[in-house]
Amino acid sequence: MSLIPSYNFAYLDEQTKRMIRRSILKAIAIPGYQVPFASREMPMPYGWGTGGVQVTAAIIGPSDVLKVIDQGADDTTNAVSIRAFFAKVANVATTTHTADATIIQTRHRIPERPLQAGQVLVYQVPIPEPLRFLEPRETETRKMHALEEYGLMHVKLYEDIAKHGQIATTYAYPVKVEGRYVMDPSPTPKFDNPKMHMSPALQLFGAGREMRIYAVPPFTEVVSLDFEDHPFEIQHFTQPCALCAATGVYLDEVILDDHGGHMFVCSDTDNCEERRAQGHRGHLSGEELEAAE
Amino acid sequence: MSEQPLLRVEGLSKYYGNRLGCKDVSFELWPGEVLAIVGESGSGKTTLLNCLSTHLEPSAGRTEYRMRDEVWRNLYELSEAERRFLMRTDWGFVHQNPADGLRMTVSAGANVGERLMAVGDRHYGHIRETAIDWLGRVEIAADRIDDQPRSFSGGMRQRLQIARNLVTGPRLVFMDEPTGGLDVSVQARLLDLLRGLVGELGLAAIIVTHDLAVARLLSHRMMVMKDGRVIEAGLTDRVLDDPREPYTQLLVSSILQV
Repeated sequence: MSLIPSYNFAYLDEQTKRMIRRSILKAIAIPGYQVPFASREMPMPYGWGTGGVQVTAAIIGPSDVLKVIDQGADDTTNAVSIRAFFAKVANVATTTHTADATIIQTRHRIPERPLQAGQVLVYQVPIPEPLRFLEPRETETRKMHALEEYGLMHVKLYEDIAKHGQIATTYAYPVKVEGRYVMDPSPTPKFDNPKMHMSPALQLFGAGREMRIYAVPPFTEVVSLDFEDHPFEIQHFTQPCALCAATGVYLDEVILDDHGGHMFVCSDTDNCEERRAQGHRGHLSGEELEAAE
Repeated sequence: MSEQPLLRVEGLSKYYGNRLGCKDVSFELWPGEVLAIVGESGSGKTTLLNCLSTHLEPSAGRTEYRMRDEVWRNLYELSEAERRFLMRTDWGFVHQNPADGLRMTVSAGANVGERLMAVGDRHYGHIRETAIDWLGRVEIAADRIDDQPRSFSGGMRQRLQIARNLVTGPRLVFMDEPTGGLDVSVQARLLDLLRGLVGELGLAAIIVTHDLAVARLLSHRMMVMKDGRVIEAGLTDRVLDDPREPYTQLLVSSILQV
């Protein structure tokens, strides 16, 4: 691996990293509050994680070990190229193992393995404002945050129940942080919301296009909004992972053929691989096929 | 009726640069009283209403409101948080165009329930029950509760807006031409409904209108405005049956007789 001399360590120049770190510090000081920052152009399109990449670039050091996941997977384009990017511009070690990573940049999932103190989870956020689709005016939403006027958020949940008989929001499920700010946990499935609560890891959220950074410091209260008679619930799956037989994890549906065949597999690929290495087998793990041959 | 007024207005003036909006308006409003502000277009009615409801800051004068805890507060010295809290609990504001006062993209039930949720109601069943009750009181069928107001007729929208405002049991409601865009028969029904609700709930209301019939039907007292000034004020029947100012006489005699 050769360093490219024309780039500063971790791509961004030191002044930019300083600016981003100041925003991160402010975000940590006010959990859930969206701090504006001067988002830079990154060598990737908006929507691919420009916010997350800038946050990672600002906090990464030579001794860090980076893991990048996209919808829980380590091997999709977005994850592979961001990992390669930092391997190239920061010359840091990368890993796919959740336990070994010090920084985990994520798009839309929180790893199944509980995070530890000292780990940092960096979320890529498309739209940081949880009230955006209810109130289009930014001036108004800022005021609503400032004055803690969050009745409107419940209007959305009310609409869900009125239309679907239950709270039908399944991802980007609004949470209240430390009893104060209502926050969009980025489009993670609501399955992951409970993992944010009192997590020992630091959670940072970067929205590049919207130029906002927010944070949940370690051991912070994160409560999903709900109604007394319609309490918050995570998704439940009726079958285990078809590859590693794990239960109580978030599963992806994979279409197998065009005759309606499908399977449910772990969304977190690292967790699935680890379990299979430990000898866990699901009903479609391929053992029986091999045995038959 | 209470021994004290609800609202005290003293010397209220509003200038837009050099232009006069309204000048030197003073009055008191008592609990349960309906006051109509009439006058032609451009006479300063809406400016006055916006100043009273703290949407505009007046250039001079003061407006004091007796809060629920009996403390008199100058409205223009309230913090923004207090003012917005007042707006969604103890006050209502009915716009001429229902689209300004409603959320057009959420259901009727959520429109009525929003204020309840804003003051901390977190029980879906209770919110929905209250919404159905209020839709009934403004004569909207309960099976329309999950429809968006954009599928409602003008009269239904206006009634929905009224329900949305009254659900938290406000003591004072501002109305800006509440019957403005409606045809005559719908107007009559709405006025009937409003009169019933105002009487039943003991609301105080300030109604801006250019329609003297609305003033006659709804209000106890009225103020006639011209060129930003109040030129005549008194009991509604007195002003309409025995107008003293030449302009009021003109206004009253301009009503078309069918």
